[in-house]
Amino acid sequence: MPDYSWPIAEQRTLIGKRISRVDSPDKVSGRAKYSYDYFQQGMLFGKILRSPHAKARIVSIDSTAAEKMPGVKAVEILQKVGATVQWEGDEIAAVAAVDESTAEDAVRAIKVQYEALPHLVSDAEPPANAASLAGPLSDDDIYDALSNQMPDQDLISLLEKNGVSFHVDQDFLNELKSSEVPDPVVQAVAKAQFHETTGARSNFQKAAVIKQGDVDQAMSAAEGTIEGIYGVPLITHCCLETHGSTAEWPSKDQLLVHLSTQNVSGIPGQMADPLGIPAANVRQKQDHVGGGFGSKFAADRWDIAAAKLSRKAGGKPVRMMLERDSELKVAGARPSAFARVKVAFNKDGTITGWQSQSWGTGGVGGGGMPPIPYVFNIPNQRKEHIAIRTNTGPARAWRAPNHPQAAVITMGAIEDAAAKLKMDPLEMFLKNIDLAKPRQDIYREEFGIASELMGWKDKWRPRGENISGSTARGLGLSIHTWGGRGHESNCDLSIHPDGSVDIKMGSQDLGTGTRTCILIVAAETLGIPMEAISLHIGDTIYPTSGGSGGSTTIGGVSSSTRRAAVQAREMLFAKVAPALNAQPDDLECAAGSVRVKSDTKRSLSWKQACAKLGAMPATARGKNPDKEHPPDLTNSGVGGVQMAEVEADIETGVVHVKKMVAVQDCGLVIDVKTAETQCYGALIMGISYALFEEKVMDQLTGRMLNPDMEFYRLAGISDIPELVVHMMTGKGYDEKGVIGLGEPPVISPGAAISNAVANAIGVRVPFLPLTPDRVLKALNDRNLD
Amino acid sequence: MSEDDPNKTTASDSGVSRRDFLKISSISAAVVPLIGSQVVEAAGTPVKIYGPGKVPMELTVNGKKQTLQLEPRVTLLDALRDNLDITGAKRVCDRGECGACTVLLDNKAVYACSVLAIDAQGKSITTVESLSQGNKLHPVQQAYVDNDASQCGFCTPGFIVATKAFLDKHPHPTDEDIRRGLSGNLCRCGTYHGIQQVIAQFAQKGA
Repeated sequence: MPDYSWPIAEQRTLIGKRISRVDSPDKVSGRAKYSYDYFQQGMLFGKILRSPHAKARIVSIDSTAAEKMPGVKAVEILQKVGATVQWEGDEIAAVAAVDESTAEDAVRAIKVQYEALPHLVSDAEPPANAASLAGPLSDDDIYDALSNQMPDQDLISLLEKNGVSFHVDQDFLNELKSSEVPDPVVQAVAKAQFHETTGARSNFQKAAVIKQGDVDQAMSAAEGTIEGIYGVPLITHCCLETHGSTAEWPSKDQLLVHLSTQNVSGIPGQMADPLGIPAANVRQKQDHVGGGFGSKFAADRWDIAAAKLSRKAGGKPVRMMLERDSELKVAGARPSAFARVKVAFNKDGTITGWQSQSWGTGGVGGGGMPPIPYVFNIPNQRKEHIAIRTNTGPARAWRAPNHPQAAVITMGAIEDAAAKLKMDPLEMFLKNIDLAKPRQDIYREEFGIASELMGWKDKWRPRGENISGSTARGLGLSIHTWGGRGHESNCDLSIHPDGSVDIKMGSQDLGTGTRTCILIVAAETLGIPMEAISLHIGDTIYPTSGGSGGSTTIGGVSSSTRRAAVQAREMLFAKVAPALNAQPDDLECAAGSVRVKSDTKRSLSWKQACAKLGAMPATARGKNPDKEHPPDLTNSGVGGVQMAEVEADIETGVVHVKKMVAVQDCGLVIDVKTAETQCYGALIMGISYALFEEKVMDQLTGRMLNPDMEFYRLAGISDIPELVVHMMTGKGYDEKGVIGLGEPPVISPGAAISNAVANAIGVRVPFLPLTPDRVLKALNDRNLD
Repeated sequence: MSEDDPNKTTASDSGVSRRDFLKISSISAAVVPLIGSQVVEAAGTPVKIYGPGKVPMELTVNGKKQTLQLEPRVTLLDALRDNLDITGAKRVCDRGECGACTVLLDNKAVYACSVLAIDAQGKSITTVESLSQGNKLHPVQQAYVDNDASQCGFCTPGFIVATKAFLDKHPHPTDEDIRRGLSGNLCRCGTYHGIQQVIAQFAQKGA
């Protein structure tokens, strides 16, 4: 069997080097085409009528006037009369017309009567005793519990005790099984009693109570404790390319959709059912995607609507891209998370106990508890979480779901404990680093590098002791972890008799460098330049590859590409061996030739070698995972350390980040250049959510108050300080295999910046974003104490 | 706005609402004569109005004259993207907040979402597409590639045009110049670090 393992460092010519991304020339020249750019003369434009209410029952919908308007080609009603809308901007109806303004006029001509219902858009701390114990569990409750780290046995006894509020069918059970839910849990769901739910459910539900060790004993025996409150509000994804698609029907039962997605191969299966056509008749095609960040996995209701409108209009393309305000209202938000925390510790800094009451909202489903205490497995814990069901709009995965929130809460509490001990938090983190098993040694090494790069030892001062005039300076740190194992991926690679090579894969490049890395792996394996290979992705006519979420892409596509390239290379060797009078096993690809390993002068140029293939190309299918073709080329589990230096003005409350350091492990790095860019980008996105971002809801009307890019603030170039990125590579890291990087570096910035501000101004600002009003309030509250 | 708005001007007597009137005021400086206009009394003075239906327009995009039939309310951005299929300039916020639609109008960087196509007549419109010649990139574009200053790339064309305009005006920018000069463009992936390197590269050698 051929050796699929990654080449060792000395043999690598491309992997682990600094290589410019291959699609940059298209992007900088404006040639790169996104879904939003898809254009055809005579195409139609879709618009959606959205609910102005955060919660309301639809009483009537009358679209007759709209249907009669000149230029209107199709109208679709998307919700039934009697249905309840659960957030502002929920889709009611859709129209397609000859141009955008006509479509907008038609949307305005649709008359909808609503019966407004009381809404809740606040995720403030639930009033005492407001939380109901779980009644019968809904499907959402079960998913929440599973994503909530609720122990299997607790969930099973909850199912036995409370039953379920919905009829469990085989599809649901299959879905659980395919999500790798343990069998005993699946059986408990199957056996759970059905109970009719009576009356309205409470908005506040106790979603989790988790205990470990004896926290009461730990608290009473502790030499010190701190209590604090920490949290992160709802933020949006704010993709620059809004969600949406253009749909067209090249023939009566064949749909071609240009959907802006992180999940090319997953789209047909989502569109088939609602459109009543086989998934095999749906083709998704996309060259580039203008940001996703976790929010673009679905074929959304507006995409289905576009396909239906196009079908009604005779198959003409219908473009349905969201407006900016809709993007911010309905196309995804990161759940909020807040917590009151008590930490027990000894005088030497050893942490012994953790107690937390947390709450937050992920919209109408409630949402889960972030994984607190984060990274540090504190021996004694008691955690309660209340999920708030709100009408704030749907939550979607946002880079490293739940981890940034958990980091802010956990690292904030530990930094506060260090401050109480007047201890350097770096020392306290290191004191407890064995609680971060199994990655304690990685963190230790990373802390050493990070503190050098930051100049931590020279710069750090005890909390509130570095203020001159109105300027307070401070340092903060945080650590994080993530899985990042490669997803399922299939890659077809063909070596043609004329020497050309092509790769086909139903993957996508979110701007993370996926194209570049696929080409690096294939070119390295075949010993030819990257430019000699044509790469085809972004289309469902190619072999399926997983969605780009959870940092799973690089591990998946690099593994499947490596296996395909090695296999195709073996096929080539078999044909070339006789000409070189050698055994196939003795051949290697290097420097644009196929040659005999033991006598490299015996060689054929790549072109000459490929000519030996005869008439047919050598085509191989590489897969990930693939136990039959070891070794495993990807892995799971990384550690990262970040440090922030800030200046805060204690008179105006304005915070400036002055420097950030990120030290990150992600196993074998395929392209150091794009990996570093991913880290710089994550630091910048982190500065943005730490200082500026919040989805602000109007309590009275239930509407979002800042659905635009002026008041939903993103960091600009003037907010960006000196950034230092260090990738952990070489011995101890490369052997792990390839691991994803999309999530890890975006987890810690909020926590590190929050800690730096506390260190600077002398008091904790409880909640992000660290806006001037919050900073001044924290200073003021302390002065009142 | 309702038709019986008490604030409506005399213009409404000829079927022009206040909203339309505001649009008329913004185009009063249009220099190219147009067919399909009519003269109405607005605030006591005669004003030429165009539309509300489609009117002929001539735009000079990347040196090429383009004849179009567009409603006067169509923005330059939409005219480029949805009529000429010139899609380098992106529609992101559609209200002058993010800079993704930046183009040059007589060599001055503008937000194409905030300029009416009818107002862009008689001016030279330069989009990102014209900066490169075939595979030969403009030095600013090449610097973006070399410094890995794009990720998803949706903000990139706007940034490229803004950077070129900025460097033309500030060949030796200070840090403060950069902070101000490129603060009109936003990126979500966080490519500002790379963009800072791009500017630093030109600041050192001069544009």
